[in-house]
Amino acid sequence: MSTAQRAAAPASRPESVSAPLDVERIRADFPILERKIGGKPLVYLDNAATAQKPRAVIDAIQRYYREQNANIHRAVYRLSEEATREYESVRARVARFLNAAEAREIVFVRGTTEAINLVAHSFVRPRLGPGDEVLITAMEHHSNIVPWQIVCEERGARLRVAPMNRSGELLVEEFEKLLTERTKIVSLVHVSNSLGTVNPVKELVSLARARGIPVLVDGAQAAPHYRVDVRDLGCDFYALSGHKLFGPTGIGVLYGRAELLEEMPPYQGGGDMILSVSFERTTYAPIPAKFEAGTPHIAGVIGLGAAIDYLERLDRSQIAAHEADLLSYATERLSEVPGLRIIGTAAHKAAVISFVLEGIHAHDVGTIVDQEGVAIRTGHHCTQPVMEFFGVPATARASFALYNTRDEVDALVRALFKVREVFG
Amino acid sequence: MPDLGDLYQQLIIDHNRNPRNFRRLEDANRMASGDNPLCGDRIQLFLKVEGGTITDIGFQGSGCAISQASASLMTQAVLGKSTEEAEALFRAFHEMVTGPRDKAPDRQLLGKLAAFAGVRDFPARVKCANLPWHTLKAALQGAEEPVTTE
Ligand SMILES: Cc1ncc(COP(=O)(O)O)c(C=O)c1O
Repeated sequence: MSTAQRAAAPASRPESVSAPLDVERIRADFPILERKIGGKPLVYLDNAATAQKPRAVIDAIQRYYREQNANIHRAVYRLSEEATREYESVRARVARFLNAAEAREIVFVRGTTEAINLVAHSFVRPRLGPGDEVLITAMEHHSNIVPWQIVCEERGARLRVAPMNRSGELLVEEFEKLLTERTKIVSLVHVSNSLGTVNPVKELVSLARARGIPVLVDGAQAAPHYRVDVRDLGCDFYALSGHKLFGPTGIGVLYGRAELLEEMPPYQGGGDMILSVSFERTTYAPIPAKFEAGTPHIAGVIGLGAAIDYLERLDRSQIAAHEADLLSYATERLSEVPGLRIIGTAAHKAAVISFVLEGIHAHDVGTIVDQEGVAIRTGHHCTQPVMEFFGVPATARASFALYNTRDEVDALVRALFKVREVFG
Repeated sequence: MPDLGDLYQQLIIDHNRNPRNFRRLEDANRMASGDNPLCGDRIQLFLKVEGGTITDIGFQGSGCAISQASASLMTQAVLGKSTEEAEALFRAFHEMVTGPRDKAPDRQLLGKLAAFAGVRDFPARVKCANLPWHTLKAALQGAEEPVTTE
């Protein structure tokens, strides 16, 4: 195995591959999977956009609103104390989930997008001067491009982009060459949402950190599939979105090393992030409260906690094995569709398959397979530079989660034959 | 449940495969481009307008079948028409794809364009059908900026 391959292994190694995942039991946990779309069973293959929610998450949110709703951190009455305890206990669970050293390294944000913006504005902006550089990769989501463009433009700094090859694999040597004394941060995606590529994050982080360059990892697509260990990865920041992790929308996590979070100025000002305020001077609260101005998305945090508990009760190595099976089965079956070309063929991939059908635009594909109850994403997947690189205006993308089955792959393939039929 | 056959009519499939007036006009005196960046639908429209009449028209572009067929059929429909007649077609087309379901399209006026009546049942695709028409309107009004229907 080459270094690249070794380092590309998922954030955690499957412990030992035991019995297969009991998918039928898992499906029963997700009420929406019982839905019919136009009389046909829903085949939900747009998990990279957002994942479905297990009953445990839906119930936890309901329970919070029905039984525990109160603002947190503010009152002495028991209801508020209970809500505060719930909220803070999720922080501790998220810390464990990511193997962070301390709960105060977990900042609740709206999602990956806000996490990246927070780091761009509070951490990078103050240290960025004219001629400095921010390094990203060719396969970033727009949310890991635009915030950097904004701060670079403002500070006269330069955004550099590490290239990839035609399979959608990052060129590690090129990446390394772009690490210089001018590089003020590296921000890179763990798992690409449009190509499925799993980057060798641990190796990339160590290359940057060896030169004293801090690293942010966009983990939006990694956390739903693999166990993430931020200390093993060695990154300074890690961002994720609750809604892709079977939790609610509007909530996400920024992990940051305490030492860095402590020296960063606040991102937003307001209530809850202060120790004392007078018109002359405000003293900020310690981390993480310093970064959580205003009433947070309490129900979202509680729902996220339930999602993490749900995942923790499952065997993540079984999930990884199941998804790897879906990926290889789908890759094989899709090759039966005439004129179908897969975009993103990295050696190490998550269960995400982007493809184009010769002579048929992705949106026509999306509309026709929807008639068969199959939900896939079509478009540029917020990665326009990736589309440009592969010379396609858009792709269709099937992205899988733990509750998907081989039967659903078959339904997708049948629907694609239907597309061929319509277009004659 | 909307019927796929209503959307992808043979006429639409045919115009997508063999778009008519698919060319750049060297002597165009009106031009506009339309771009739906989220979809990747793109069209460039070239017109020759003489004495208030569209005497020649061509388009180039790429995108989904609905947008390309709509552009192709539109060029056929407005060629030889006065700019007022073209604008009346714009309104009728727009009404057909966005108006209430129970309102039958004006087949007399729309002719072959009535093939797009089914688009109404696929809300995500209305902007694809409309893009060429908004581009036409922009060209007739001499707009400088690319239009979009997203
Ligand atoms: C790789 C990647 N990064 C960032 C994001 C942005 O996440 P959110 O929209 O939840 O902030 C996404 C979601 O589409 C993603 O797939």
